[in-house]
Amino acid sequence: MPEVLKAPLTVEFPFTRSLGPVQSAFLTGLRERVVLGVRTTDGRTLVPPVEYDPVTAEEIRDLVEVAPTGTVTTWAWNHAPRRGQPLDTPFAWALVRLDGADTALLHALDAPGPDAVHTGMRVRVRWAEERTGAITDIACFEPYDGSSAEPAGHTGEFEDTVTGIVAPARLDYTYSPGRAQSAYINALSERRNVGERCPSCRKVYVPPRGACPRCGVATLEQVEVGPGGTVTTFCIVNIKAKNLDIEVPYVYAHIALDGADLALHGRIGGIPYDQVRMGLRVEPVWTEGARFPDHYRPTGEADADYDTYRELL
Amino acid sequence: MRDIALVAFAQTDHRRTSDEHSEVEMLMPVLHQVLDRTGLKTADIGFTCSGSSDYLAGRAFSFTLALDGVGAWPPISESHVEMDGAWALYEAWTKLLTGDADTALVYAYGKSSPGSVRDVLTRQLDPYYVAPLWPDSVALAALQAQALIDAGHTDEPALAGVAARSRRDAADNSHAQLRGSIPHGDYLVRPLRTGDCPPIGDGAAAVILAAGDRARELCERPAWIRGTDHRIEAHGLGVRDLTDSPSTRLAAEKAGAFERPVDTAELHAPFTSQEVVLRKALRLDDSVRVNPSGGALAANPIMAAGLIRIGEAAARIHRGESDRALAHATSGPCLQQNLVAVLEGDPR
Repeated sequence: MPEVLKAPLTVEFPFTRSLGPVQSAFLTGLRERVVLGVRTTDGRTLVPPVEYDPVTAEEIRDLVEVAPTGTVTTWAWNHAPRRGQPLDTPFAWALVRLDGADTALLHALDAPGPDAVHTGMRVRVRWAEERTGAITDIACFEPYDGSSAEPAGHTGEFEDTVTGIVAPARLDYTYSPGRAQSAYINALSERRNVGERCPSCRKVYVPPRGACPRCGVATLEQVEVGPGGTVTTFCIVNIKAKNLDIEVPYVYAHIALDGADLALHGRIGGIPYDQVRMGLRVEPVWTEGARFPDHYRPTGEADADYDTYRELL
Repeated sequence: MRDIALVAFAQTDHRRTSDEHSEVEMLMPVLHQVLDRTGLKTADIGFTCSGSSDYLAGRAFSFTLALDGVGAWPPISESHVEMDGAWALYEAWTKLLTGDADTALVYAYGKSSPGSVRDVLTRQLDPYYVAPLWPDSVALAALQAQALIDAGHTDEPALAGVAARSRRDAADNSHAQLRGSIPHGDYLVRPLRTGDCPPIGDGAAAVILAAGDRARELCERPAWIRGTDHRIEAHGLGVRDLTDSPSTRLAAEKAGAFERPVDTAELHAPFTSQEVVLRKALRLDDSVRVNPSGGALAANPIMAAGLIRIGEAAARIHRGESDRALAHATSGPCLQQNLVAVLEGDPR
C-alpha cells in the first residue's frame, strides 16, 4: 500500500466578539488600570465579573472596584510555556482572589521558580504597557509583599468604552485524508481517476471515502473510471471569488465520470457558459505539473441520453 | 417508565495515531461489531445518535462523513452532539423513554493525533477572560491538583498510586493504549507528572440500547439503565471549589446512585487528581471496584472516553462480574460537566 498522504493544515480565525455592559466595563477598566467586580444580590463580589449570578441566574449589574493586589488560591508551575500564553519564560498559572473579591481570576504569575510560589502568597497586577481593553491588559501577576492597595471606588462609568474584542484563534494540524482518499489523490497525480466499489450494492464512489454511505461497509475494491464523463447538472457562477483567477461567469457542474455511480464537482471550460447543458459529454483538462484536473471541456461527442445519468443527479 | 438497557458494547484498540484511517474508516469496524453482537442491521435500529468534535482533527462537519459508516439508506432517524458520546447516549435514552423507538445505536469517536489536544481544548473555554490566555488542559487540571494537595485531600505519592493502579488494571484490557508499569515521569505542569495525565490517542466506541423485552431478546444479561442525569457548574473556574464536584454528586443523586451500594464504578477521570474529587463526590469507599478497565488514564480518546466508561460498566454486567455499577462521564475543564448513569443486571 502506498504511503498515506499528510500535509500541514492551519485553521486560523479572528473571532470578533461583542461585549455586554458588565464585560465592557471590566475590560475598559483594565485599559484604565482599574479592576472591577460585580456584586451579587447576596453581597458577594465576583471578579472577573459576569452578567448573571452563577447561583441564582439573576441579572447583575452592580459594578464595584476591587484592588489590584490579591492572594493566590491555587497555582501550577508551567516550566514550558506554549504559544499564546501570557509569558514566554517559565511561570506559574494562578487563580488570584483580588482584595475585595470573593472569587478568583485566572492569569499568569511571574516568579523565579516553583519554590517561590505557594498558595496564600500575596501578588499584584503587572499592567501591560499597551492596553486595549482585553484580559491581556493584565500582563501577569507578580509577587508583592506590600500592604493591600485601596481601590479608589470607581463607579464603572467610562468614556469611550470598549464594546468588543478580537480574539484570534489558531490551531495547527497535520492533516491526513486516510487510506481511501490518499489512493485517490495519488492516482490523480498520474492523471487517473480511481474510485472504490461497494462489495454490497456494487456502486462505484468517486472520490472514494472508504465507506459506502448506503450500506455502511468498507469499499476496498479500486476501480478506474473516466476519463470521460457526463454533465448531470450545473450552475452559472457570477460572483468572482477572492484570489481566484477565473473570469466570471463560469460554469460549475456535477460530472458523472464513465463507470462511476456518483457525480463529482468540476468547472466546465472550452465552451461558452450559456451553452453548457445537462448530458454534455466532457473530459478532464490537465495543466502541466498540476495534481488534479484544472477543468473539464466538451469531447465533441453527442449528448448522453437522459436515462443514462438520471440516477446520478 | 420503560425499562431500557445497554445490550452491546464495542470499542477500537486506542492508539497514539491512526493516520492510515479517516474517521469513518476508524469507526466502521466498531459499528459492525456492535451490530453483529446483537444480530441487528442498521435498518432495525430506531434511533442513531453520535458524539464527536470537529476541533480534534480540524475537519469541518466530520460527523456527517462519519455517518457513511452507518449505512443511512433507507433514511434513518439520527442526531449528533458536539460532546462526549455519553451525552449522545443520554439523548438516545430519552428518545427510547418517549416510546418513539425501541432500539438505539450510539457511537462516538475522537481522532486527536492530527492536532495538539492541549491547545485544541483551550478553544472550549470562556472566550473573553480565559481563552485569550491559552491555558492548556494539563495546566487547568494542575491547578485543581494543587488545590487538592493544599486542602490535604491527596499528595503526589497518592496520585502516583492512582496512576499505577489504573495502568496495572489496564494490563487486562487489550484495547488500552497505556498498560502495565509506566514510569510516573517528569512534571508536565507541576504538580502533575506525565503519569498523572491521560495518553493522547485516537479511538471510537459504540453501544446499542434497547427497551423492555427487546433488550432481553438481544442480550442474555442486559445492563438496565436505572437512571442517568447530567449537571453543569459555573464556567468561571475561580467561582468553583475545585476540590469538590457538586454537579457529579447531584447527577448521581438524581440517577439514583445513592439508593443502594454499587459494586463497580467506571469514572471518567483523565487526570489522577480528578479521581480523588470524584471518589469523594460519589462517596465511593474501598469496597467499590473503581475503573477495572484502567479508565481514562489508560485510554482517553476524547469524545469517546465517557461513552466507554458506560460501555465498560455495562460489559461487566453482561459478563456477570457486576450486579450494580455506576458510570461517569465528564466534559470541560476541571470536571465542569458531569454525567452519571446507574446500571443493573437482573438478579442471579
